[in-house]
Amino acid sequence: MTIKGIANGIVIDHIRAGFGMKVLEYLGLEGRGDTVALIMNAVSDKHGRKDIIKIENYQNLPLDVIGLIDHNATVNYITNHRIVDKKQLSLPKEVENVLRCKNPRCVTSIEQVTHTFRLVSNTGMYSCMYCDDLVKAGSELNFSR
Amino acid sequence: MSLQGRDLLAPLDFSIEEIDMLFREAEGIIASPRDYAEACKGYLLATLFYEPSTRTRFSFEAAMLKLGGQVIGFSEPNASSASKGESIADTIRTVECYSDIAVIRHPKEGAATVAAHVAGIPVINAGDGGHHHPTQTLTDLLTIKRQKGSLGNITVGMCGDLKFGRTVHSLIAALLRYHGVRFVLVSPEELKVPEYVREELKNADYTETQDLAGSMPDLDVLYMTRVQKERFFNEEDYVKLKDRYILDMAKLENAKSDLMIMHPLPRVNEIAPEVDKDSRAMYFPQAKNGMYIRMALIMALLGVTV
Repeated sequence: MTIKGIANGIVIDHIRAGFGMKVLEYLGLEGRGDTVALIMNAVSDKHGRKDIIKIENYQNLPLDVIGLIDHNATVNYITNHRIVDKKQLSLPKEVENVLRCKNPRCVTSIEQVTHTFRLVSNTGMYSCMYCDDLVKAGSELNFSR
Repeated sequence: MSLQGRDLLAPLDFSIEEIDMLFREAEGIIASPRDYAEACKGYLLATLFYEPSTRTRFSFEAAMLKLGGQVIGFSEPNASSASKGESIADTIRTVECYSDIAVIRHPKEGAATVAAHVAGIPVINAGDGGHHHPTQTLTDLLTIKRQKGSLGNITVGMCGDLKFGRTVHSLIAALLRYHGVRFVLVSPEELKVPEYVREELKNADYTETQDLAGSMPDLDVLYMTRVQKERFFNEEDYVKLKDRYILDMAKLENAKSDLMIMHPLPRVNEIAPEVDKDSRAMYFPQAKNGMYIRMALIMALLGVTV
């Protein structure tokens, strides 16, 4: 299978195999008209298998969100066919209005608030600021959109 | 060190030193309550109770009245604008126009946090669903300290509904800050502590068991709790679990002579009335301590001294 390199845009590389679709879903690129490629289960020297996303003419990424889904991914910024910047993702310390709390008893289920989750352990556990319910980065997350 | 203008939302909001300061004030009130009779004269406490409560609401109201202050509020959501669909944020914004300090109880977890974020006056969490109940924690800590002399080096048994029992969650978090506290968590499988409490306990000395009588000889404090009917989605589950643990004199046979039996109240069946006469029963003195510590808390958040 051959997928061309892109002239300008971004490549999200080293996404854990099986998580590429989740990242793509969150990015919500439908209707933009840009060329997007999702490569699943590509061979990786480091990880055995990985997913890759290539998006043409696109620079502004919600890096925090991708970090929540897979903080081992890397983001390459491409200009004129060359990598001009490379970012290693990390677990964001706090995210606002990215996740929704799954706890049906949480006040966020009835009140209009800023949905806030804070990183509470280096294993990627996040806690709802209101009810302390825990979610793990990379697990089945309940995104706001 | 001052707590003036602060909120109390969770059991760890105050440092150990700040809690000690409240204990000292509470001891002063206990020693000579009349000296405090006008401490909060001219101040108004708002009590926003979105779910039923007798004890906690009366305790706060009594605390403010005994300090010479006044109280406004509602004791059920039907008596408030909540029944018209008003948000918690809008309610507290309105209430703070009239009052100097607010107490909120709400069935949703994190409700007091929402209120505190928008309010300019101190907000006290009087229970948010199955989450936190920090003034009950202060009550429990004061009661243990008065009886045992300190809050370290004790074995604390907690029995009953450890899943929904917010007083248990708050007390565990608070006691974890003291040295040498060991926990024995006694509950049916279905009512074990939730995941976030287990996360807090991960470096602590604790055991989980279903055997109350067998745990008894080790305990310095036994904290009994009610199975919380209002937290169950179906009646059948509640009925199955509600009478699993009933403390009676027979179960106390192997207990220490200086065991403290505590309960946040109200009790249903979990402590037999025969235990009330035992000198180890501390749950009614505990309720009285609750009023004293709330008096100390109200004074501290308002920045009032005598």
